[in-house]
This record gives sequence, C-alpha cells and structure tokens, in this order.
Amino acid sequence: MVPTSYFLVLSAVLFAIGALGVLVRRNVLIIFMSVEMMLNAVNLTFAALAHHFLQLHGQVFVLMVMVVAAAEVAIGLAIVMSVVRHKDTTNIEDMNLLKG
Amino acid sequence: MLLFIVFALIAIVAAVGVIISRRPIYSALFLLLNFASLAALYIMLQAQFLAAVQVIVYAGAIVVLFLFVVMLLGGGELNGILDPNQKPGQRFGWPKIAALVLALMMVAALGYGLVSGQLFTGQGDATAFGQGGVQAIGSVLYTDYLLPFELASVLLLVGMIGAVVLARKPE
Repeated sequence: MVPTSYFLVLSAVLFAIGALGVLVRRNVLIIFMSVEMMLNAVNLTFAALAHHFLQLHGQVFVLMVMVVAAAEVAIGLAIVMSVVRHKDTTNIEDMNLLKG
Repeated sequence: MLLFIVFALIAIVAAVGVIISRRPIYSALFLLLNFASLAALYIMLQAQFLAAVQVIVYAGAIVVLFLFVVMLLGGGELNGILDPNQKPGQRFGWPKIAALVLALMMVAALGYGLVSGQLFTGQGDATAFGQGGVQAIGSVLYTDYLLPFELASVLLLVGMIGAVVLARKPE
C-alpha cells in the first residue's frame, strides 16, 4: 500500500518540471507539452485524494480536466499553425504582434 | 511499492526528457512515455476507468495531435535550455530565476508537508467507491454532475468548431 503523500509528492515534482519547461523553453510546442504535463500532475493529485478519501468526485473532476485539456490542445495547436503560417516561426519571442 | 517507484521514476525521467530534448519529436515521444506511466499510476489508485481514458485521450489523441503538428511544421533541431545565440546577460534572465525560485519553493513546501503533516484519514464509503469502474463513476457523473457533463460536451463542440475555423487556410 503506497501512502497518499508519495503520490502528492510525485505530482508536485511533475508540476514543477512542467512549470520549469514553460518558463525556460522558448519553443511554443514544447511550452504546450509542458502545460499538458502540468495538467496531468494536477489530475494525479485529484485521483490520489479521491483514493485517499474514498470519494468518486475527484475522479469526475479528472474527467472534466481531460475534456478541457483536449479542447485546449485542439484550439492551441490551431492557433500555433495559423501563427506559423503568418510568421514562419515557432519561437515565442518572435510572436509579439499584440505587444504595445 | 516497487511498482510505484518504477513508474514514478519513469514519469519523472520522461518529464525531464520533454523539457531538455532538442528535437520536438523526441519531446512528444517522451510526453507519451510520461502519460503511459501516469496511466499505470492511476491503476494503482484503483481508477481503472481513468487509466483507460488517459491512454485513449492523452496518449492517443493529444500526443498524436502534437506529432501531427510537429511533422507538419518540420521537426528541426531547436535551441535547448541553454540557447547559444542569446547574449550572456539574457542567458540567466528572469525566466530562469523565476523557475529556480519556484522549484525551491516547491521543494521547501514538500519538505515541510512531509515532515510535519499527516492527511487525516478517509471517511468515504468503500463500497460506493467500488473498483473505480465505469458503473460507479458513471452513476455519479449522470446524477450529481449532470450539468457539468452537458457543459463539457458543449465545450468540446466549441473547441471542435474553433479548431476548424482557426486552422483553415485564409481565403
């Protein structure tokens, strides 16, 4: 029987790695992948606490997060494709059209 | 316990691989490994339905979408974490300092939580929790969470239409 805190520590580590990727990398696809990893880490927290408290509500929340993540990836990658078609780069430093 | 350590190590190594790979295609494949090991951890948490959904939605749909876009945009070699083209002043600019502070805060919070705190014990109904099967989660989803479920379907519809509109070639 694995203690719940181990799962929480694992998900915190995964979340920190994802946040590190968002802050450090400059390629927009890698940043997207890091955001997905962060969402997954939160999902692991929900599932671990659902198991700990023997409540199913956490698992339902995981499903909702998955729905939002799927919609987000579809929209985000479409935006990336249209930006690349326009500016021919995936570097986020060059995507400064809205900069004042 | 051994299985947990193995899959946790795989997940962490894959997560590190995602952010240090120089080619985006390797990052996408490391992401696949990360999602698969998380599915194994879900099975350990008696969430078999979630594990199946994780494999289908994340490892199936989302990673394939990432690979599709990477192939479409050309998966050339990128600058890694240390970008040689940046000026030395920029190389340790605010994003890396912020990342370092965030990581240190996370480690400090983890250490405090592990040393001092214990979660209070569960008070749920073990029979209602079941084995994480489709029946248990479906009965909750279609009674208590009916409205969020319907809203999620609307969100998926909006996402689908938005993706089609955004990715279409301009006239």
